[in-house]
Amino acid sequence: MKIKLTFWRIVFLVIMVMGLYSTYVRYLRGLGAVSNMTDQFPWGFWIGFDCLCGVMLAAGGFCMVGAVYLFNVESLHSVVRPAVLTAFLGYLLFIVGLLFDLGRPWFIWHQLIYMNPHSVMFEVGFCVMTYTTVLFFEFLPNVFERLSWKAPIKWIHKIYPILIVLGILLSTLHQSSLGSLYLIMPSKLHAFWYTPALPFFFFGSAVAVGLAMTIFESTHSAKALGRHLELSVLVRLGGALLVALWVNALLRFEDFFHRGLLKQIIRPSYEAYFLWLELALTFLIPIVLLSFKKVRLSPNGLYLASVISLFGFITNRLNVSLIGFETYVGHHYVPKWTEFSVTLMIIAMGFALFRVAVQYLPIFPKDDLQVRSASNARPAVSLASPVMEHAGD
Amino acid sequence: MSKALLYDSTLCIGCKQCEQGCATQNNLPYNDSIAAEEYQSAHKLTAVLTRNDKFMRRLCMHCEKPACASVCPVGAFHKTKEGPVVYDVWKCIGCRYCMAACPFSQPKYEWGSLNPRVRKCIMCPDRVNAGQQTACAEACPTGATKFGERDDLVREAQDRLKQNPSNYLPRIYGLHEVGGTSILILAAVNVEEFGYPTPEKIGDIPLPEYTGRVMDRIPDFIPVWSLVLGGIYWISHRRAEVAAAEAEEKKNGSAR
Repeated sequence: MKIKLTFWRIVFLVIMVMGLYSTYVRYLRGLGAVSNMTDQFPWGFWIGFDCLCGVMLAAGGFCMVGAVYLFNVESLHSVVRPAVLTAFLGYLLFIVGLLFDLGRPWFIWHQLIYMNPHSVMFEVGFCVMTYTTVLFFEFLPNVFERLSWKAPIKWIHKIYPILIVLGILLSTLHQSSLGSLYLIMPSKLHAFWYTPALPFFFFGSAVAVGLAMTIFESTHSAKALGRHLELSVLVRLGGALLVALWVNALLRFEDFFHRGLLKQIIRPSYEAYFLWLELALTFLIPIVLLSFKKVRLSPNGLYLASVISLFGFITNRLNVSLIGFETYVGHHYVPKWTEFSVTLMIIAMGFALFRVAVQYLPIFPKDDLQVRSASNARPAVSLASPVMEHAGD
Repeated sequence: MSKALLYDSTLCIGCKQCEQGCATQNNLPYNDSIAAEEYQSAHKLTAVLTRNDKFMRRLCMHCEKPACASVCPVGAFHKTKEGPVVYDVWKCIGCRYCMAACPFSQPKYEWGSLNPRVRKCIMCPDRVNAGQQTACAEACPTGATKFGERDDLVREAQDRLKQNPSNYLPRIYGLHEVGGTSILILAAVNVEEFGYPTPEKIGDIPLPEYTGRVMDRIPDFIPVWSLVLGGIYWISHRRAEVAAAEAEEKKNGSAR
């Protein structure tokens, strides 16, 4: 087999080489050599991006499973499989990221035997572990179908309702708990981001991100695979995203108002600049964009609004985990290039695995005609996804 | 019954004997250049800081309700009934949540190590359990660092404030901060100048309560939320089934 060197493959190769060098530095020179983390900044870019943003960006899985299987929204059926795949890969890569960040990753299994139920970190770890297992089972039918194994598909059928409820329960818990992690630092985290409502905001934004991420990945894979894009699905997701953004924005406003910060957030300061950036990207620009019907009905407009809001929510997570601590610490934290390159390597691995998976597994419906329209309430029997169809039977 | 240390900075002469004693006790290197380091690190668990001829010790405060112990996912930290907050290196996975959570930023990390440990003052638990005083208290030539029962030391600190009010700022730092600590500090100047957080900022509420408020709800949340999700699942699928059955009936009806 001959592999052609395309532009993206070269980029991928460069990222992998740099990442492998950083991996070498990480495991043979230590955390101090590979990162700019210090005693004052014990949590750096890997926690802020790989963990907080990584888990957030994988929220599409539980959002779409919830919409399609819990609420029985048939019209979104075609995006469930890619969303579950993205989530499954996302969580696997999150664990890879954790192996870089933990000082003693070879003891990660201590989580299973030395449990501290008071620790938010324990809860997050436990939920992520269980949820990754759930996602594995939700993903398995793809493999069984590919191998034409009928019996195991039936077994998974049987437990599907449990998997669905368990998956959404675990996601609710750990998405919000990532916010609860910071509740114990009232004196350290800047008041713009420290709020008792952190767990609610982390969960609420995860739902919005789940929708935005599904639009993002559907558009991309459509382009990459030369598929016809189902506009009706994107339009529905876009509408839901607009609602989710409004709810998030109003809750954020209510929180600032309630804590008497409205004057402070409009006064220029180092933190205010980052807050403005965050609020503009998460709420202002995407909401304005999506308010135009023309944008809401165009694939490019929806894509643009989603990507901007994704950048906004990423800014939010980085503000909570990094920028919000700089005033307390008294100096800036800028990640070392090796920290970035490890993250880039993990992201590149994610894209590559996604590409391979959609190539070899029945992730996307082969024929778009098989996807039923929203008006059809009868349980659909599309050939591409017979397993999940009968989940409720 | 818990032990504590009373540090009276007005008695401190900045001789750094406590630093030396601490280093010896914990098998850490100590020399002139380490003595000159005006900050704590993985190899300097306590530091005597100097600002304008005033001295101040910094060390782990051994909170009554320690944040580090509450956040540790594997329970590597715990507060012993004798007072010290101790660390079990075997359990530690290196997540550094303790460092992020500590309001006094006391846990330090061995950033250069390939199997790094969290380091902080552990209040000489072996000595304390054997009925001895801590290494720093033993080394102190002036009695600036005094070891004893916490209740006794609180009383003594209050006496000193009463007898020499002009010598001190009228407060015992650590008496109520974050729910009380096993290190009590008397000083003539603001301890904040030496990097201690202001009492207003950290408050008197033990920090584990902030996360506890959320964590305590989880055992109730799990069954309730599972039932809600299961209910939604049942209703939405039941509706689809009914709709399908009705459509079937209509078809049969019109065929007749």
